[in-house]
Amino acid sequence: MKESKVYALPNRITPNQPVLIDVEVCIGCNLCVEACPNDVMMPNPEKKEVPIILYPEECWYCACCVMECPVKDKNAIEVNWPMMQRVRWKRKETGQHYRIGMPNPPAPNTKPPV
Amino acid sequence: MNPEEYLIETGKPFEWQYPLDYNEVIETECDVLVLGGGVSGCFAAIAAARKGLQVTLVEKGCVKHSGAAGSGVDHWMDCPSNPASRITPEDYIKPLDVHKGGYANYIGSYITARDSWETLRELEEMGMKIRDEDDVFKGADFRDEKSKLLFAYDYTTRHCIRIWGTQMKPALFKECKRLGVNMVERTMATDLLNENGEQGARVVGATGMNVRTGAFHVFKAKATVLAMATPERVWIFSTEHTGLVGRDGPPTNAGNGFAMAWKAGAEFVRMEASSHEEWGGSTGIGTVMFGSGSNFATWFPCSIVDAEGKEVPWIGKNGEIIDNFSRRANPGPDDDFYCLVLGGKEDVSVALPQLVPDLRERIKKGEFKLPLYADLPGISEHERRAIFGLMVGQEGHTWPVYRNLTRAGFDPDKDMLQVYELGDAPLGWRRLRYGGVITGWDLQTSVEGLFAAGQQLFDGMGVAHACSTGRWAGRHAAEFAKNADEPAISTDQVSRERQRIYSPLKTEQGINWKELAAGIAKVMQDYCGDTKTDELMKIGTLAIDEIKHSEATQLHARNPHELMRALEILDVLTVCEMILAACRARKASNSWIFFEHLDYPENDPDDWRKWITIKLEKNEEVVGEAPLDFYGSLTENYEKYKID
Ligand SMILES: Cc1cc2nc3c(=O)[nH]c(=O)nc-3n(C[C@H](O)[C@H](O)[C@H](O)COP(=O)(O)OP(=O)(O)OC[C@H]3O[C@@H](n4cnc5c(N)ncnc54)[C@H](O)[C@@H]3O)c2cc1C
Repeated sequence: MKESKVYALPNRITPNQPVLIDVEVCIGCNLCVEACPNDVMMPNPEKKEVPIILYPEECWYCACCVMECPVKDKNAIEVNWPMMQRVRWKRKETGQHYRIGMPNPPAPNTKPPV
Repeated sequence: MNPEEYLIETGKPFEWQYPLDYNEVIETECDVLVLGGGVSGCFAAIAAARKGLQVTLVEKGCVKHSGAAGSGVDHWMDCPSNPASRITPEDYIKPLDVHKGGYANYIGSYITARDSWETLRELEEMGMKIRDEDDVFKGADFRDEKSKLLFAYDYTTRHCIRIWGTQMKPALFKECKRLGVNMVERTMATDLLNENGEQGARVVGATGMNVRTGAFHVFKAKATVLAMATPERVWIFSTEHTGLVGRDGPPTNAGNGFAMAWKAGAEFVRMEASSHEEWGGSTGIGTVMFGSGSNFATWFPCSIVDAEGKEVPWIGKNGEIIDNFSRRANPGPDDDFYCLVLGGKEDVSVALPQLVPDLRERIKKGEFKLPLYADLPGISEHERRAIFGLMVGQEGHTWPVYRNLTRAGFDPDKDMLQVYELGDAPLGWRRLRYGGVITGWDLQTSVEGLFAAGQQLFDGMGVAHACSTGRWAGRHAAEFAKNADEPAISTDQVSRERQRIYSPLKTEQGINWKELAAGIAKVMQDYCGDTKTDELMKIGTLAIDEIKHSEATQLHARNPHELMRALEILDVLTVCEMILAACRARKASNSWIFFEHLDYPENDPDDWRKWITIKLEKNEEVVGEAPLDFYGSLTENYEKYKID
C-alpha cells in the first residue's frame, strides 16, 4: 500500500462518483465543465489537468459531459450510475443472468444506436 | 478527482476557481427578456429575435444542454397537425374533457395541437433530425412512407412523432447564436421588477446573479417571458439520492419562476393539484427513468414477460384484453384514437393500452412469477430497433443507458431487461401536478408585460407544448414590446433585492440549504400531503411561516453555488405558501386534480366545479375563481390571436 498522510475527513456524500474520468486520456479541455447544466464540476487549477468533481450529489446523470467530450471514443469520461441503479438482464435462450458491474462481463455489443 | 483527493495529492485545499465579485453590478437593456433557456425559453427568444427585436435570454446553466430536455427527448407529442395525421386538432384535445374532466389548459393545448407541426419543421430547419431519411425502418407499421416520419403510441392515427431529440438543445442553442440573442448563461434570475416597485404593476425587467462569480445583474426590458419550468423538492428531499431527488426536471428547475411571478402579483391556478409520482425512476431513488425494462413511454409497446417467459396481457380502451401486438398500437375499429394523457385520470377509460391493472393480484394467485422482463428479443426487429436503438438512444438520461448497457454486453436481440417498477409510487411522495400561471390567449399573465411558456403555464407538459407555446409567447411579447412605453425600473426594488439575495453570505454559522430543504419537505408531507384537513393545513401554514422567519433567516452560503441553492430553497418556501393558499381555499375534494380533503370528502360536487385562483395584492393573499372554460371559443380565439 502507498504510504500517505492520513487526513481526518468527514464522510462522503452519496452518490459520489457520477462520472469517471480517466486521467491518462483526459486532455483537460474543460468542455465537460461547460456542458454540465448543474456546475457539478470545476476546472482544475492546473491547466490541462482533469476537472474536479465538486458537487457529485447534484448530478442528474444526463451525461451531457460525455456527449461533449472530444476524446470520449477513447473512454476519457463515463457516466457511472450508483450501485443501486445498475440494472440486471437475462439472456432469453440460456436463462443466464447479467448485471452492469458484474465480474467477468460478457463481450461488448458494438452496434451503434439509430 | 474530488476536492479531497486534490488535497491529498497536492497538499493544498481546492480553491474556488472563478473570479468572485459580489459587488459587481451588470446592467442590460433589451426589448424582450426571456428568463429560462430550456426549450420554451429558446423558442420564445428565437421567435422574438426573428421579429427583429433585441432579445436577452437568461439561463442558470448552459443553454446548449439545460432544462428537462437538455440531454434529449424521444417523443414529439401533440402533433395532429402533421401531414400524415388522420385526426384534427379539435379531435385531439377531446381527451382533456374525458381524462382531465375539463381541468386543463385548453389554450396551451390547442395552440400546441395547431402549431406543433410548423414548430417541428422549424426545428428541422435548425438541424434536428425528425425523419427516417436513411430508411432504417422502411416498411415498418409505424412509418409513413411518404414523409418518412416515424410514429409512436397510435400507428393508425399518427399524432406523436419519434424524433432524434438529443439534437434539440444543441440546434436551439445554435439558432439563438445565429440570430444574435444575447445569452446570459450561468445566471439565475432572482426576481421580477414591477414598474415603481409596485406589486401587480407592469413588469419591466428582472434581477439576477451569476452562479459562478456572484455578480449582480439588472435587466431592463419592455416585455418579459417566464420559461423557468416547475418547482421540484417541495414534498421530498434527500441528500443521498441522485440529482437532488428529481429527474422530472433538472436540479436547476426549483420553482424560481413561480416564486418571482407570485411576488410580482401574477395570478396562479391549479396550485392545489398534486399527485403521487408514478416512478421511483424520476426521483433518483429507483432505477434510471426508462433505463430499465418497461412497457411505458420510451418502451411502449414492448412485450413484458414473467420469470418463466409467460407474456403479461394488456388491456385496451374499454378494458378488453388485447392479445396481439399490433392492437397495442392500432386502435380497434370502434375505438377512438390512443394517446398519452399526462396527468389525466385513467379510471374513466384507458387512453392508451396498458398491462392488466390486476397484475399484482394475478401474481399473488400464482399466474405470473416475478421478476418481469421487457422481452426485446420477442418483438419484431423494427419494433426492437425503434425502442432500444432509436428511443433509448435519444431520450434524455437513457442515451447513456444505450452506451453503458451495450458496452457491458447487453444485446437486445438476445437479452431481456428486468422490469423494476410496477407503476406503484415507491415512497408515496407527491409532486405538484401542473399548477402555474393563468394567461389569456396571448399567453400574457395577469400582470402587464409578463408572458409565460412551457411548464410555467398551468397544465403544461412536453416538448411540443413547450416549443409551440414558447414560439407563441415570444411573438406576442415582441408585439407588446414594439408598442410599449420605455420601461422604468425602481431603484428601491433593485436595492431591496440586492440586500435580500446576498444575506446568506453574511450569516454566521447558520444552517445549510440542505437542512432547510429537508425540513420544509417534511412540513409539506405532514400537513399538506395525502391527508388534508383544514386544521392540518392551518398548522402547516403556521409552520412554513415560522420557518420563513426563523430558520430561513439563518441560511448560510459560502460561495455563489451554495448561494444559488440557498435562494432556490427560499423560493421553494414561497411555493409552499402558494400551494397551501390554494389548498386551503378549495373546500371540496376533487378527483380530477387529485385533491382529497378529509373535511369535505364528497368528490367533485357541482358547486366546486371551477378554478380556484390565487395571487398577491399588497402582499396579501387574494383568492378568486374562474370558470373552467374561461378560454371561450378555441377556433375563434386561435385565429384572432395568431401572429404569423
Ligand atoms: C428525462 C426526460 C425526458 C423527457 N422526454 C420527453 C419526451 O420524449 N417528449 C416530451 O414531449 N417531453 C419530454 N420530457 C418533458 C419535457 O422535456 C419538458 O416538458 C420540457 O422540457 C419543458 O420545457 P420548459 O421550457 O418549460 O422547461 P425546461 O426545458 O426544463 O427549461 C427550464 C429552464 O429554466 C432554467 N431556469 C430555471 N430557473 C431559472 C432561473 N432562476 N434563472 C434562469 N434560468 C432558470 C433551467 O435551467 C432550464 O434550462 C422529458 C423530460 C425529462 C426530464
